[in-house]
Amino acid sequence: MSRYAAMFERLNGTGAFGAFLMLGDPDLQTSARLLDAVVEGGADMIEVGIPFSDPVADGPVIQAAAQRALSSGVRVGDCFDLIAAFRARHPDVPVGILTYANIVVARVGFMRDAAEAGADSLLIADVPSLEAEPYALEMKQAAIEPVLIAAANTPESALKRIASMSEAYTYCVSRAGITGTHAGGQFDSGLVQRLNAAGAPPPVFGFGISTPNHVRAALATGARGVICGSAIVDLARSGGDVAAFVRALKDATRERVVTAMD
Amino acid sequence: MRMNGRFGRFGGCYVPEILVPALEQLEAAFLDAQDDPAFSAELNDLLANYAGRPTPLTRCRNLSGNIYLKREDLLHGGAHKTNQVLGQGLLARRMGKTRLIAETGAGSHGTATAIVGALLGFETVIYMGSKDIERQKLNVFRMELMGARVIPVESGGRTLKDAINEALRDWSASFETTHYLLGTAAGPHPFPTMVREFQRMIGREARAQILEQLGRLPDAVVACVGGGSNSIGLFADFIDDPVRLIGVEPAGKGLDGAEHGATLLRGRPGILHGAETYVLQDEEGQIDETWSVSAGLDYPAVGPQHAYLKESGRADYVGCTDAEALAAFKALAENEGILCALESAHAVAHALKLAKAEPDSAVLVGLSGRGDKDVAQAQALLA
Repeated sequence: MSRYAAMFERLNGTGAFGAFLMLGDPDLQTSARLLDAVVEGGADMIEVGIPFSDPVADGPVIQAAAQRALSSGVRVGDCFDLIAAFRARHPDVPVGILTYANIVVARVGFMRDAAEAGADSLLIADVPSLEAEPYALEMKQAAIEPVLIAAANTPESALKRIASMSEAYTYCVSRAGITGTHAGGQFDSGLVQRLNAAGAPPPVFGFGISTPNHVRAALATGARGVICGSAIVDLARSGGDVAAFVRALKDATRERVVTAMD
Repeated sequence: MRMNGRFGRFGGCYVPEILVPALEQLEAAFLDAQDDPAFSAELNDLLANYAGRPTPLTRCRNLSGNIYLKREDLLHGGAHKTNQVLGQGLLARRMGKTRLIAETGAGSHGTATAIVGALLGFETVIYMGSKDIERQKLNVFRMELMGARVIPVESGGRTLKDAINEALRDWSASFETTHYLLGTAAGPHPFPTMVREFQRMIGREARAQILEQLGRLPDAVVACVGGGSNSIGLFADFIDDPVRLIGVEPAGKGLDGAEHGATLLRGRPGILHGAETYVLQDEEGQIDETWSVSAGLDYPAVGPQHAYLKESGRADYVGCTDAEALAAFKALAENEGILCALESAHAVAHALKLAKAEPDSAVLVGLSGRGDKDVAQAQALLA
């Protein structure tokens, strides 16, 4: 059983809390410490960015995080090393990579290296389901689970493609736009229902999650989890208590049990 | 998508999932409009009676050789950009959009978008790198005069690439009301195909004009390549002819250094701004900062059809340095009384080399824009 599947089973219907961090932000040592801090705070799954110079799906907070990592000289190999070290410390926590297509295609054997480091999934922000098939195949051959994005405006035909190609979870975009620029999203229960009907992997909401109320609203749609990114990255940048922040959001996931009937 | 959006292995639609429906809507509107005589009639009327098409073909009288200039510099707005913004503006209206966003490098495309925004009544927002704003202050004022809002982009190298990033981010949140009026034949499908079709008249007119003036096809067709819209527009109707197609890339301070924008000559295939194409990048896939004396060519990717024309061997791509472009800018002014854009001067520079090497060859040059915007910069550089 994959680490994601085991995690969802372990959670037994309560929502998964995913924490996003940019690898190497602001440097390798701090980054390793932050990965531990979000687990200490109760994160069920970790999403890690591999920095790209031109992240068009990201708002100012994540852009700046990528820039800090690149400015400190972080390379893709360093990111895999961070993941491998994290994996050694936390054998069961699912780790998903979020990055951009040019980073993936520039490195021969990217998927294999990701798998060897102990990553579980890969989401390529600028590869929509329309273009995803060869990437998803390569991921599956390397035992990396493909994660695709679905949004409220994603038509049925694309949801079917997403359902057939992706594993791990489905990254639901809670609203139009880029990461982190507006607090709160419109969490669309229609999208969750459509994904479930299409047989897609468990829907998890990202974009616009920064308070316990956002977590509650997102899970009230029947989604199986949430991912918080910009709020954590911003707090880490300002030296705040990341573990405590994650704990408060994670606590909000325990309040409601999602049943198969939802 | 109804079309496959590929040129060989290049092209495609590499955007966040949320933008795919907007691109599908655009493709549908474009294809439907192609079949709609009313759309063509309105576009052709604007091209003729508003923008000033057809543009002349001018044979150089004093420069040696047989050089013919396709005079997009005489188009309303001062560059070939006006052709395709009229097409996209009408499409945006057809889709019921009320707001236009665009990126701009030198300011030519921003100016063109401001023109169509004023003409067709759109709210218009232009993203422009703050470094480019410093280089092209007059164009910023020009855009503002026509009612556009110019937003400085401070990320990355603060040039065209960063302006495109910011426009894509805006569009991800605004696509329901907003059309992203991309300025070149690059980016995700359907832009490379659509922009080429809206620029195709450059080559179609030039082909008929040179057949009339010279009595035969030219030996070579030369155009500068940044994103690649004026060159693909000029090349498109010559692709099936026995004619050399030559794209001129900005070699900046020299192809052996890092300060150039010669994507096809020094880049390698990758994925940027929605398309699989040649990209200037480091070994890890991080995008390089580029350099060119002309802001309009200062871009680390290129339209995917050019990547295909290069790999298939149908077109050749060469470099021209800042210094060579400036010398050509000066030569064209002194000998022919034409101030061309520094972008276009790259094509002129290569045409002058060709004319020297093969004096009997007829060389058709895409003179994509006029040089008024570059006069202050040229004054500083030639001093």
